[in-house]
Amino acid sequence: MPKVTIDGIEIEVPKGTTILQAARMIGPEVAPPTMCYYSKLKTSGGYCRTCIVKVTKGSAQNPNPMPKPVASCRTEVMDGMEVQNVTSPEILEARKGVVEFLLINHPLDCPVCDQAGECSLQDLGYEHGAAKTRYEFKRREFERIDIGKYVQLHMTRCILCYRCVKTAEQITDNRVHGVIHRGDAGEISTYIEKAIDNEFSGNVIDVCPVGALTDKTFRFKQRVWFTKPVEAHRKCTTKSATGQTCSGKVRLWYKGEDILRVTARKDQWGEVEEFICNDCRFEHKKTSDWTIEGPSPVNRHSVISQNHYNHLNELKVEVMKHQKALGFININKRP
Amino acid sequence: MGKKLLIHNDRVPGIHTLDVYRAHGGYASVEKALKSMTPDQVTEEVKKSGLRGRGGAGFPTGMKWSFLAKPEGVPRYLVCNADESEPGTFKDRYLMEKIPHALIEGMITSSYALGANQSYIYIRGEYFYVARILETAIAEAYAAGWLGKNILGTNYSLELSVQVGGGAYICGEETALLESLEGKRGNPRIKPPFPAVAGLWGCPTVVNNVETIAAVCPIVMMGGEEYAKIGVGKSTGTKLISASGHINKPGVYEIELGLPVEEFIYSEEYCGGIRNGKKMKAVVAGGSSVPILPTELILKTAKGEPRLMTYESLADGGFQTGTMLGSGGFIVMDEDTSIVKNLFTFTRFYHHESCGQCSPCREGTGWMEKILKKILDGKGTLADVDLLWDIQSKIEGKTICPLGEAAAWPVAAALRHFKHEFEAYVKNPSSIKDVKHYYRLNNLVEA
Repeated sequence: MPKVTIDGIEIEVPKGTTILQAARMIGPEVAPPTMCYYSKLKTSGGYCRTCIVKVTKGSAQNPNPMPKPVASCRTEVMDGMEVQNVTSPEILEARKGVVEFLLINHPLDCPVCDQAGECSLQDLGYEHGAAKTRYEFKRREFERIDIGKYVQLHMTRCILCYRCVKTAEQITDNRVHGVIHRGDAGEISTYIEKAIDNEFSGNVIDVCPVGALTDKTFRFKQRVWFTKPVEAHRKCTTKSATGQTCSGKVRLWYKGEDILRVTARKDQWGEVEEFICNDCRFEHKKTSDWTIEGPSPVNRHSVISQNHYNHLNELKVEVMKHQKALGFININKRP
Repeated sequence: MGKKLLIHNDRVPGIHTLDVYRAHGGYASVEKALKSMTPDQVTEEVKKSGLRGRGGAGFPTGMKWSFLAKPEGVPRYLVCNADESEPGTFKDRYLMEKIPHALIEGMITSSYALGANQSYIYIRGEYFYVARILETAIAEAYAAGWLGKNILGTNYSLELSVQVGGGAYICGEETALLESLEGKRGNPRIKPPFPAVAGLWGCPTVVNNVETIAAVCPIVMMGGEEYAKIGVGKSTGTKLISASGHINKPGVYEIELGLPVEEFIYSEEYCGGIRNGKKMKAVVAGGSSVPILPTELILKTAKGEPRLMTYESLADGGFQTGTMLGSGGFIVMDEDTSIVKNLFTFTRFYHHESCGQCSPCREGTGWMEKILKKILDGKGTLADVDLLWDIQSKIEGKTICPLGEAAAWPVAAALRHFKHEFEAYVKNPSSIKDVKHYYRLNNLVEA
């Protein structure tokens, strides 16, 4: 098995592992941030360039460094490879540039965006971005489009990560949306205002890193940090034509006694663990529909963990127990 | 008078027809290769010739061919990149328009060397009339038995098709070209895998420029060693140069690599000097994406040696004081040219042509265009000039395909060598001349 050294930490990984996966195995301290890569979606990644790293030694056989920074999500490790991520000032500077590029055409109106509080771009900007924008021109703007009964698309917020396109392609049998036009005029769109209508369409909301695709049954009902996430499951037999099955394992978002929203469960990296169907997501919003497992593991630093638990210490014990059971590591140490 | 191997017959009446082309020694390389050489021998000759890719990157062609994976039972493809879209480059169009059979002959010989039984010419959408010329020529070649089953009675068969692109610069990038050829959106692929392993429809594929493929015919005829004698050092053979700009005789010239740049610009045989008796200000030597150089650096290297038309000499000094031979799009600018306006034109082009897959290029090219427009509108600040430098540095090398670099290099070079012009525009907006006329020409409005 190839050995790779990332930021001075050596790890042995199975053949075919990408640099990003290897870094994630080491831990969140050295894992590059991602905006377009999604481990559950094939051929995702490579577009946003936030995960770029410097390869200072190609492999034991060919020790030359790679001439340019590489996208860690799409580059497989070689035996003896040496990689710099957070230890390379050059990479941190380049990443700052990427964050700036992602933000120049993104509205900076988080206070009125439904995704605020669980937005990957917000987190990325907070960790790697500059304090002030240097962009002084008009930002790209689009009208909001309803794509189907449940999902609303607001292209203004989109960062063209292609995740929703790949989700539709890989877990449903009939992709009706994609990217049209090119360059910074590109937009996600359905084929002539067609509705995205299949039993797994709601997953595009979960994979969207920003507030471009939002849940119409939840939009503007509540700020996420006023809701309380709880793990639950039900027996679900929905199956798509491509063989994608619904796990029935979800996260319920409570406000008081009411379930305001149902989403798939997300892991430490903000990725969906198992995809769920629209029936579970949109049509089961009563507590009696579900078997409750307990509070969801939430990063201590996340805004979602604020405000709504009365006995925080009790909860912390509970959460850690839960994390252990689910195999999470180091969640509280995430920078 | 330099040696000509590619377009020596371009003025012969009727050379676009098979009969005239054949009467002037056409298709001899196909006869020689198919009847007396093995495919590996052809590849060996190309290797010996030192031929380097004529599309811009200058990668050794023989080496590229030898990288082609040859698994049993999997078809291999040769794709000719005729998506010539680099601003300032029009050599392939000239070759295909005047002597279409030269490309077809090269395609047959090269396909034979690579073991491809199906080859494609991917031509840019704007060259629709050239595509018609090629299709007519291909039909002639089929009728005469140069294409199709059992060519010249051997057991080698080849099908050749022309595919017209939809009109996107990015489809000149080889993996975007393959995507487009497959009928998909022309977005560059992430490499590896390289096309030599998984190219068209996942099969091993070689993508070569028109001129590269056409150059295979003289190499087979004269032998690789003989071809390598032309030129200087690792820049062997002849090269088509598309000369444009403020010169007396713009056009396509075939030069022997190693010709001094000064001779190329000023001799009567080639560009014939700067028009209207003006002085030269700057040259973009290899298509719009290579760094622009001021007169003193294009004629002589930083060490004071005369600059030659070779891959090495033009690149001497790196990007600090050098440039690239690139695709051979040689744009000469006289003393009246505004480098800022020129850069705005280039940047606008790259913004328009960015495919939008990766963020630095998608967002950065538009941002640079907006800043340059602001400077031309007379509203720029010195901070804008520094910001331009910073943006280009954050695009270069951070993207999937080389379009990011192509967009960043001209900006970097213009700022490196002509920063004073940007500063003059910022400090004294009244010195910006004829901007209304310039905007009108480009369908732009003043802010």
